[in-house]
Amino acid sequence: MQTALPDASDLAAVWLTFKLASLTTLTLLVIGTPIAWWLARTRSRLKGPIGAVVALPLVLPPTVLGFYLLILMGPNGPVGAFTQWLGLGLLPFTFWGLLVASCFYSLPFVVQPLQNAFEAIGQRPWEVAATLRAGPWDTFFSVMVPLARPGFITASILGFAHTVGEFGVVLMIGGSIPGQTRVISVQIYDRVEALEYAQAHWLSGGLLVFAFVVLLALYTFNPSSRGRTHHD
Amino acid sequence: MTEPIRARFRLPRRDFCLDVDLTLPGRGITALFGPSGSGKTTLLRCMAGLEHAQDGLLTVAGDTWQDGQRLTPTHQRPLGYVFQEASLFAHLTVAGNLDFGARRSSVTSACAVDRTAILDLLGIGHLLQRQPAGLSGGERQRVAIARALLTRPRLLLMDEPLAALDLARKNEFLPYLERLHRKLDIPVIYVSHSPDEVARLADHIVVMDAGRAVAVGPLTDTLARLDLPIALGEDVGVVLDAVVTERDTAWHLARVAFPGGSLWVRDGGHAMGSPVRVRILARDVSIALEKIDHTSIQNCLSATVDQMADDHHPALALLRLQVGTSPVLARLTHRSAAAMRLAPGMSVWVQIKAVALVG
Repeated sequence: MQTALPDASDLAAVWLTFKLASLTTLTLLVIGTPIAWWLARTRSRLKGPIGAVVALPLVLPPTVLGFYLLILMGPNGPVGAFTQWLGLGLLPFTFWGLLVASCFYSLPFVVQPLQNAFEAIGQRPWEVAATLRAGPWDTFFSVMVPLARPGFITASILGFAHTVGEFGVVLMIGGSIPGQTRVISVQIYDRVEALEYAQAHWLSGGLLVFAFVVLLALYTFNPSSRGRTHHD
Repeated sequence: MTEPIRARFRLPRRDFCLDVDLTLPGRGITALFGPSGSGKTTLLRCMAGLEHAQDGLLTVAGDTWQDGQRLTPTHQRPLGYVFQEASLFAHLTVAGNLDFGARRSSVTSACAVDRTAILDLLGIGHLLQRQPAGLSGGERQRVAIARALLTRPRLLLMDEPLAALDLARKNEFLPYLERLHRKLDIPVIYVSHSPDEVARLADHIVVMDAGRAVAVGPLTDTLARLDLPIALGEDVGVVLDAVVTERDTAWHLARVAFPGGSLWVRDGGHAMGSPVRVRILARDVSIALEKIDHTSIQNCLSATVDQMADDHHPALALLRLQVGTSPVLARLTHRSAAAMRLAPGMSVWVQIKAVALVG
């Protein structure tokens, strides 16, 4: 009979999950901001299709996403061929492969809050800044980003939390390699399979509390758009 | 700074096509006046570079901001722009808002004096640490004007800065604009659809209709034109610059003199010798062939009939008269005009029922 307390493999899963979610969030803030900016301001006909692609992970079963990523990044896929050519080897069943997959999986959770924030701010502050001698980059960083701060907070929290909760994609693309791809959700699955309910409780309960605290923080500190635009 | 502004733009819009070619004075306040959808704001935005008119031309203070070859982006034009609604940055304090433009327009320490003067002029010195959300509408617009002025613009563009304010706030705000008018030596282009604001503030006027400038010129002369009543409707009338010459404290009246005559108006508390503006609406002016002594009307002046035109209703005529060198408009029916056999050159008496002191 094992002890009921979490052991090293559980802690490793927690740490790995934290690392994966943090890196995914950071990557998505860098990639997602320009996408959200473009979606919020463009009048291009491509706005619809691009917006739909970004939102796909909201609708698709994670297994579908994982399946295609597996094929793309596998030895016969174009991405796989490219990473091999670069000397990086293959991405599936590695931490970095998991990071790439997580970025796709959590993309809408970062892009959509940012897009909403940019749309709510509108064109006016941009024009005002221009009449006050601020160029485009200057305006972006000194006006748009501060005004969109609630959007950035929401995007970061949702991106992080959603990555923590990912399971299907991890199974498809990462498997269950300790320290590499065995994140909390997979660890819980393995524990349950092994009938180690006590450990499964620790991790599941932990995630439950985590999810609640995150959402509570989101709703407490970031209520609607109050404090962001004052139009009267 | 007195070099004229040249502005030529052509820009199709959904409801109208902006098509103007203007030479505007390089000082004083020029009002862009006209109904909604006449292209006033679009013209202002073209001047700011916020709209890009094809093949436009804009020169300000001797610099070309736009011509066939190039278009200087907005942030490189030394202009100030005051938007219709509150446009302060919500993430900055009042001081942060003021510094935003000042910092980016290479203001040297020599201009520190300027800053104090501008804060005093607009009465916002006590608001510096406040958040924009906590200010009244009038305070916000004053901060927005100060913010624009602190960039040391060579042209100030104002898009109906009073539109979002209620009447009380407007009356609180207008004196600041009038003070600005007297102190500022840069040209101001002021968009408005309010005849009152124009009468109070403008030196020059551009009357816009359906994207075109239908009249351009000094305020007094332009308002006295007989071919513009449609744009002005019930508000047809003249504005005269005058000086307070006498105060009758017993009756709370003041006598103001203008080129060619003088009028009694309600005493507005102006000191003797101070410049004021009076506005006389055509509907408040009636004509008599002889001087009438027993009447309640205080202001009765000798005038010469200058020109007559049809008004907006077939029953009505609009008459332009000269009182000395100043024009006065009168509205009367065609029947009275015929009965009195009014004709250009005739000497008549004008009775002015109401005179508004507008600043």
